Amino acid sequence: MSDDIDIKDKAAWDAADRVADYEHGWSSDIETDFAPKGLTEDTVRFISAKKNEPEWMLEWRLKAFASWKTMTPPDWAKLNVPPIDYQDAFYYAEPKAKPKLGSLDEVDPEILRIYEKLGIPIAEQEVLAGVEGARRVAVDAVFDSVSVATTFRAELERSGVIFRSISEAIKEYPELVKKWLGKIVPMHDNYFATLNCAVFSDGTFVYIPEGVRCPMELSTYFRINAENTGQFERTLIIADKGSYVSYLEGCTAPMRDENQLHAAVVELVALDDAEIKYSTVQNWYPGDAEGKGGIYNFVTKRALCQGKNSKVSWTQVETGSAVTWKYPSCVLNGENSVGEFYSVAVTNNYQQADTGTKMIHNGKGSRSTIVSKGISAGHSNNTYRGLVRVAPNAEGVRNFTQCDSLLLGSLSGAHTVPYIEVRNPSAQIEHEATTSKISDDQMFYAQARGLNAEEAVTLIVNGFAKEVLQQLPMEFAVEAQKLLGISLEGSVG
Amino acid sequence: MDKRSKMLKITNLHANVGDKPILKGLTLSLNTGEIHAIMGPNGAGKSTLGYVLSGRPGYEITEGEVTFNGQNLLDLEPHERAAAGLFLGFQYPVEIPGVSNVQFLREALNAQRKYRGDAPLSGAEFLKVAREQAGALGMDMDMLKRPVNVGFSGGEKKRNEMVQMGIIDPALAILDETDSGLDIDALRTVGDGINRIMRKPGKAVLLITHYQRLLDYVKPDFVHVLADGRITRSGGPELALELERDGYKELAA
Repeated sequence: MSDDIDIKDKAAWDAADRVADYEHGWSSDIETDFAPKGLTEDTVRFISAKKNEPEWMLEWRLKAFASWKTMTPPDWAKLNVPPIDYQDAFYYAEPKAKPKLGSLDEVDPEILRIYEKLGIPIAEQEVLAGVEGARRVAVDAVFDSVSVATTFRAELERSGVIFRSISEAIKEYPELVKKWLGKIVPMHDNYFATLNCAVFSDGTFVYIPEGVRCPMELSTYFRINAENTGQFERTLIIADKGSYVSYLEGCTAPMRDENQLHAAVVELVALDDAEIKYSTVQNWYPGDAEGKGGIYNFVTKRALCQGKNSKVSWTQVETGSAVTWKYPSCVLNGENSVGEFYSVAVTNNYQQADTGTKMIHNGKGSRSTIVSKGISAGHSNNTYRGLVRVAPNAEGVRNFTQCDSLLLGSLSGAHTVPYIEVRNPSAQIEHEATTSKISDDQMFYAQARGLNAEEAVTLIVNGFAKEVLQQLPMEFAVEAQKLLGISLEGSVG
Repeated sequence: MDKRSKMLKITNLHANVGDKPILKGLTLSLNTGEIHAIMGPNGAGKSTLGYVLSGRPGYEITEGEVTFNGQNLLDLEPHERAAAGLFLGFQYPVEIPGVSNVQFLREALNAQRKYRGDAPLSGAEFLKVAREQAGALGMDMDMLKRPVNVGFSGGEKKRNEMVQMGIIDPALAILDETDSGLDIDALRTVGDGINRIMRKPGKAVLLITHYQRLLDYVKPDFVHVLADGRITRSGGPELALELERDGYKELAA
């Protein structure tokens, strides 16, 4: 199967070749409107006003902000993060000359140029990153705090699919938004999620109507451009009965010496017989080789498999960020619902990742699969943290977990922290874990066939991560393979 | 020696593993168009010679020199030696989980081509070559799509080494006990493969082996005895038969 990836598309490889050593580290001079620096109730009001939000939304935000002030950051993760000064950042940055959404012609050409440079097709072209024969992908481009364009809207609407920035959806589809916003990740879920509720700026809203198979991949590309700015996006995807959607998420940010905060919330809900496939390639700026700068990535992603036979599959390739704190989870309420989590997390230099998943089995016969591949190099630390919980009345639950860690060099750390809570004796839970190093034999074998040391590491690491990479849509898989190699540059002597 | 030219020239080569001297003044020359067999008892330094020539880390060269087509081989990284045309057939081919043979070889071949300034082969071009070579060695394409050597029997691994050699098409092949672990049929297939791929005017082979039996299929032009880190005797194909009959003890004496 993977040989399709191996040999099919030179064009895809060439496209991926352009992803040089943190290629996305440049920033652009876009005239930007900022909210006043710092975080107060006024900041929240400013953001809401900027977006012309209805009153209910502002109230919701203010309630979250009031709660957030009483909360403390979680300290249970294996992460060493200096205290964040929440008053020393901007919470809203909007490119000036904001385009009228939906009309590509009016998007600031400079912003279009940036996305072009990132290899992201904002124009409604039929290819992504020059890949011939690729499926069409509709894109929501989120630039700092606002969505600058969503593409293919008209065509999607013909099949009833709603693909909007969340700001638009709040105004255009308030009932749908109200029904689900904060229902999957509650407002008080955790420190970062609550902060997001107060200050979220933009993000993507998707609704797939009953029985509809979304005719193309949907995607959002997040770009933090402005300095000293946090990005707090909010994504809500609703898959109605019997529908299907595949959604891709990509992220980049410029290289900056200070740390920037990214605290997103992603909520998915799948009703009866619906399926959502959610893929992420996270390539936020990881900081430099000494650990200076980089994105703090505190993200809450959760899916509600509400209906019978519903299915949500998370696939993530995490290569960027100085700090990653992220546990895409599935609450499996529906009978025979299915949750999947496929993850590759790479850390190099001084990066820290504490990532994993939660599979909460409430529904009878619900099943979950967790495949986590952690790769640690340099001085980095990489932790898998996962919870599998089976409720007392959930009969016939099955879970399979596989956690593999690969270490490069002798200064990096790999940690596995599985939590298993089973309250129903009929459950079948399997947990497999391995830790290994790239062997000298493998390295020499690959080198003797003509690969240099870094190419050899990339190849071996890609082999290690293959089970996860092959879950990605092809365009993403090729990019991800390349990215793994780039992330590990300098990790072999 | 009409059009033959000097390909590999090893002069007074000394190499250690840790503090232990393994090669102790080995001298040997190969011309293009020649097949040389190196035979010798266990622990004589046969595999070390293959590793040292292909640049495996962990071997310290304390004295001597090696030129390959006039170039100082010892200055090159392993992948540069491969790109320069040197192929090592491994005694124990290594498993790489999750990486298909096709992917491995295409990347390796294109890395070599890039190093030499040649254009990379497209997927289709590569598959054509791979199919031919696999077919010639009786390996089906399904095996080529499986991860490198994972779950392969000993014989399949060796056959796979030959498929790799066919695809890479090197100028010099150093084959380290390619015959070990092969049954009679496989031995013939592998022997035919070596002749087909490597018995060509611009190429040369260094066959490292314990036994005469591979030499029934691949006729060497020269046979050398490697004992205690040095070439102690050289001769024609008849030397191999003599060794088979009398053993290495006689020679060491």
